[in-house]
Amino acid sequence: METYTLMVLLLAATIRVATPLLLAALAGMFSERAGVIDLGLEGKMLGAAFAAATVATVTGSAWLGLGAGMVTAIALSLLLGFACVTYRGNQVVAAMAVNIMVSGLGPTLALAWFNLGGQTPQLDAAGQRFTAVVWPWSQSARETPFPGLLYAELLSGHNLVVYLAAALVPAAAWLLYRTRFGLRLRAVGENPQAVDTAGISVTGLRYQAMIISGALCGVAGSYLSIAASSGFVRDMTAGKGYLALAALIFGKWRPYPTLAACLLFAFTDALAVRLQGVALPLVGVIPVQFILALPYVLTVLLLAGFVGRAVAPRAIGVPYSKEK
Amino acid sequence: MSTPKQLPRWADLILLPLVGLAAALLLSCGVIALLGESPWQAMRLMVDGAFGSQESIGYSLFYATNFIFTGLAVAVAFHAGLFNIGGEGQAYIGGLGAGLVCLWLGHWPFWAVLPLAVMGAAGFGAAWAFLPGLLQAKRGSHIVITTIMFNFIASALMTYLLVNVLIKPGQQSPETREFGSNSWMPFAHEILARVGLDFTATPLNLAFVLALGAAGLVWVFIWHTRWGYALRVVGQSPEAAVYAGISPSRITIMAMLLSGALAGGLGLNELMGSQHRILIDFPGGAGFVGIAVALMGRNHPVGIVFSAILFGALYQGGSQLTFDMPRVNRDMVVVIQGLVILSCGALENMFRQPLTALLGRRRKSGEGRS
Amino acid sequence: MVEKITVLPPALELRSISKRFGAVQANRAVSFQVAAGSVHGLIGENGAGKSTVMNIVYGFHRADDGEILVNGRPVKISSTQDAIAAGIGMVHQHFMLVENFTVIENVMLGVEGGPLLAEGIAKAREALAKLGKDYGLDVPLDAIVGSLPVGLQQRVEIMKALHRGAQILILDEPTAVLTPQEADQLFRLLGRLREQGKTVLLVTHKLREIMAITDRVTVMRQGSVVAEVETKDTSPRELAEKMVGRSVLLQVQKGPARPGAELLTVSNLEVRDAQGVMRVKRVGFKLHGGEIVGIAGVAGNGQSELLEALAGMRAPVGGEIRFGGRDLVAEKIDPRGRRELGLAHVPEDRLRVGVVTSFSAQENLILGYQDHENFNRGLLMNNQAILEDCARKMAAYDVRPPQPGLRIAAFSGGNQQKLVVAREVDRAPTVLLVGQPTRGVDIGAIEFIHQRLIGLRDAGKAVLVVSVELDEILGLADRILVMAGGEIVGELSRAEATEEKIGLLMAGVREEKT
Repeated sequence: METYTLMVLLLAATIRVATPLLLAALAGMFSERAGVIDLGLEGKMLGAAFAAATVATVTGSAWLGLGAGMVTAIALSLLLGFACVTYRGNQVVAAMAVNIMVSGLGPTLALAWFNLGGQTPQLDAAGQRFTAVVWPWSQSARETPFPGLLYAELLSGHNLVVYLAAALVPAAAWLLYRTRFGLRLRAVGENPQAVDTAGISVTGLRYQAMIISGALCGVAGSYLSIAASSGFVRDMTAGKGYLALAALIFGKWRPYPTLAACLLFAFTDALAVRLQGVALPLVGVIPVQFILALPYVLTVLLLAGFVGRAVAPRAIGVPYSKEK
Repeated sequence: MSTPKQLPRWADLILLPLVGLAAALLLSCGVIALLGESPWQAMRLMVDGAFGSQESIGYSLFYATNFIFTGLAVAVAFHAGLFNIGGEGQAYIGGLGAGLVCLWLGHWPFWAVLPLAVMGAAGFGAAWAFLPGLLQAKRGSHIVITTIMFNFIASALMTYLLVNVLIKPGQQSPETREFGSNSWMPFAHEILARVGLDFTATPLNLAFVLALGAAGLVWVFIWHTRWGYALRVVGQSPEAAVYAGISPSRITIMAMLLSGALAGGLGLNELMGSQHRILIDFPGGAGFVGIAVALMGRNHPVGIVFSAILFGALYQGGSQLTFDMPRVNRDMVVVIQGLVILSCGALENMFRQPLTALLGRRRKSGEGRS
Repeated sequence: MVEKITVLPPALELRSISKRFGAVQANRAVSFQVAAGSVHGLIGENGAGKSTVMNIVYGFHRADDGEILVNGRPVKISSTQDAIAAGIGMVHQHFMLVENFTVIENVMLGVEGGPLLAEGIAKAREALAKLGKDYGLDVPLDAIVGSLPVGLQQRVEIMKALHRGAQILILDEPTAVLTPQEADQLFRLLGRLREQGKTVLLVTHKLREIMAITDRVTVMRQGSVVAEVETKDTSPRELAEKMVGRSVLLQVQKGPARPGAELLTVSNLEVRDAQGVMRVKRVGFKLHGGEIVGIAGVAGNGQSELLEALAGMRAPVGGEIRFGGRDLVAEKIDPRGRRELGLAHVPEDRLRVGVVTSFSAQENLILGYQDHENFNRGLLMNNQAILEDCARKMAAYDVRPPQPGLRIAAFSGGNQQKLVVAREVDRAPTVLLVGQPTRGVDIGAIEFIHQRLIGLRDAGKAVLVVSVELDEILGLADRILVMAGGEIVGELSRAEATEEKIGLLMAGVREEKT
């Protein structure tokens, strides 16, 4: 029973860790499916985290914070689009520029505005954060291990953004596979010339994709600063954007496999926390760092074609021009 | 059909990065103004903080040393048509190589330790770049993604080693013991004192000379050896390389090895030169600064040395700023760095097109046709 | 009863279309009419300006001047949408298909019929079934396009155009990628389209296709229309003459060949391209010292792959190349090794392969010879020697301007090619392979380059010239091999070779017995 409880708590932690990964990975799915490498996920999330915390602090409203996060990330996404789509600049360089710029800009502005050494103030007041939504009867359900504990820990007790992220997976799948927009988006990442000769604007589609990517990164970043924690701190994304990109590659640019990859990566993270210093039978103490590095190692192996094959959208990374 | 007109070489190498830098600085001034400080005052403080005294010059050049190494690393890969974002991880592991030599042989005489430490730094750095290079060459794995992944793997590996293996017994923070003092890089003030010159004590050390030497070697290698020639051919046109009997995949691996080795040089400055121990996250983002340095220096060693010094000055001047302007901190430097990458790299075309038009109008003759 | 003669306006009419790309006049006042319900041919050599015309009609490029009329009414076509709206559909030479989409998804792209796909798919499925029945277009609608053979992929392209309501269908070199059987099927399909009242414009450089399917044919040369005839009133021979032009052969001064020893022997050579298509099929021939052998053929018939295989840039899948007592294939000798053995190569694609455009002239003059002892001194390159070598070659080959440090892109095409020829010829290789020796090269340089090739021959070396310019082959070669469909379909001595004979062999007319 002890192990069972541990497992349930581990899974609950997995869900919480997976949420920002999933949101960012879905964001990356839209831009990469449109043919734009999205290394900028990290910076867009971080920018959103800062903006959300700042606005939530000033206005006292988590919702306004979320809105600010989304607007900021969309603006950064449009900046990337401006550099990569309009001026056909190098997508990797542009993304690194945004990531680095934002990692400096957040603490700089935070210091100037709040004078707390590059953080935003602690969000304590009611309504400033998205807090856990406790489902009915979950307190009493906790008494019965099965299925009560599952209900109380896994289904109940997360914040709104977690549920939103969960709902976004089928929504993204629907948008990608069942709508005209999705068809065109998938086409433009594979063969932009085909899209162009079909009389559809390649630039227009790519900008739309960048806006969606920005919006989702905005939610992911806001989750970090005004849902999962209470305020912005320096470099609070800590590589989650890159991890999300790895999950996206691992999920072969498809919504449900990407969800699975995010859960897997989040699980390793949650597991690493649990296993810190715990001796396991047979293997003894597994260094936490090895478990934390697992997603990255897996992604490299995948890219090398040793565990399956990830075929990127064909036109990814190549700026489109009519003259070729 | 219509090939875009070319910028003259001088404009391409000097004017374009300067215009980019100017744009980045202008935007930075905007940010500083937004913070409620005077941009003019801030710039003056920065310049003063970076070059105003012997101490500040020493610090500026100390930081620049790191950036020369990582900038060269980015540039060498770039000449082979590769984008190595893994400088951070390669520097981290390269530093481990140098550090291990110093830990084990720290009691040997310096002249014996130095070459071994250089080999350790270069060897470990190269080894960390080898797999991404190999996977790109043989399996077509996107080198940008693999090198990013290797940064994280390097970070995890180093944390493990420092926490569990190399940590000085009986100590809380994950650091090794101090290197034997024989293996310390001579400080600039020590060297200068020996020839009778008085210089304030700063972390600036012999590694700066090594970095300049590396820049010189890279220049000779890229433009004056057959291997550098082969590397540039592959970077410019893999088809022409095949035609010339040059194997693009071998060159890819070679370029990554060199790139990693150069990044590893950071450890010589940061660890052997200043910290005298291995500690967590000692590269501190210098691998990424290398991207900005290489872009601004147009991937040329001379340009890289100058832009590395510029960034070194920014880092030093930025920390100075913190003292005098409480509303501005060192992160402002990171903002400027990002803006430089944006304007000198990603938005290059935005400046190139009007510049080309402007210069083209003045010299109408048809040299630019092809 | 008055016989009602319906004088339909032409389905498509071009009036004086002109287009210039930089210094190149791609189209010069091009005018022609395409009758409704006909299959019209547009024929010309590579670079004659056919594709530019088509791209203008389909809204990909904009004409500098001129007018386009559809069904007698002037239309303004400034984008692909305009062309589609005017009832024009196009099947590009390189298919505009999304390979990992199904057939139906590809056909729907751009005309999805609403923001949600489900309904559109149902409607499209119905419409496509009808199209399939009407034209015998049998394509599995739910198959992934990338898994279909090229012939079927092309049908998907045709379906796409028809589904968009195209009344005028333009096909750009549609048989370039097809087997003869697939091509015949395509022609039957085009016939059915004509019966149903569609208008087809077939752009090609293959005479056989024009003769087989078209009603009328327009011939283009150097950006202009040079003839427009009823297909039934003409012959492949006449069209070939018009395509190539009656321009006087370049007079190449040369004495008779004195073929000597056998220097290079190719047997049963088989080469696949990057896509795995067999491009060279059991090719065999010999080169002797003291002769220039020309390989004639329409572009894309395996000459490029043959040349690359001989030079060591592409590994053959079978066969032998014997040179200097070695089998270059079995021993896997790379291009550098072949150069050392005395096999030099002037590649077809100068700008992509033959030079590195961002390098200076002197750097380009060591490409392929970068390891040569003359250019190196210990670990370093001997820049002085490289500079002197370049200056000497520039003088010997009259390269202008004689500035070794100038970027190669700043030289004219002719001077670039002189530099490449200087690099490869100056070391007096035993065998020289030359692809398109004078593509994009001005008249003066052409003569100069030809003289150098003949000089090499007269020194007892062998030269293999691959060219799509018949004039050039006839002017240079002592012996002519004709390639079609990856095979050598004929061999002619210079004495028996005429433009017509070669032209017919090139077009594959030999087997057709027209």
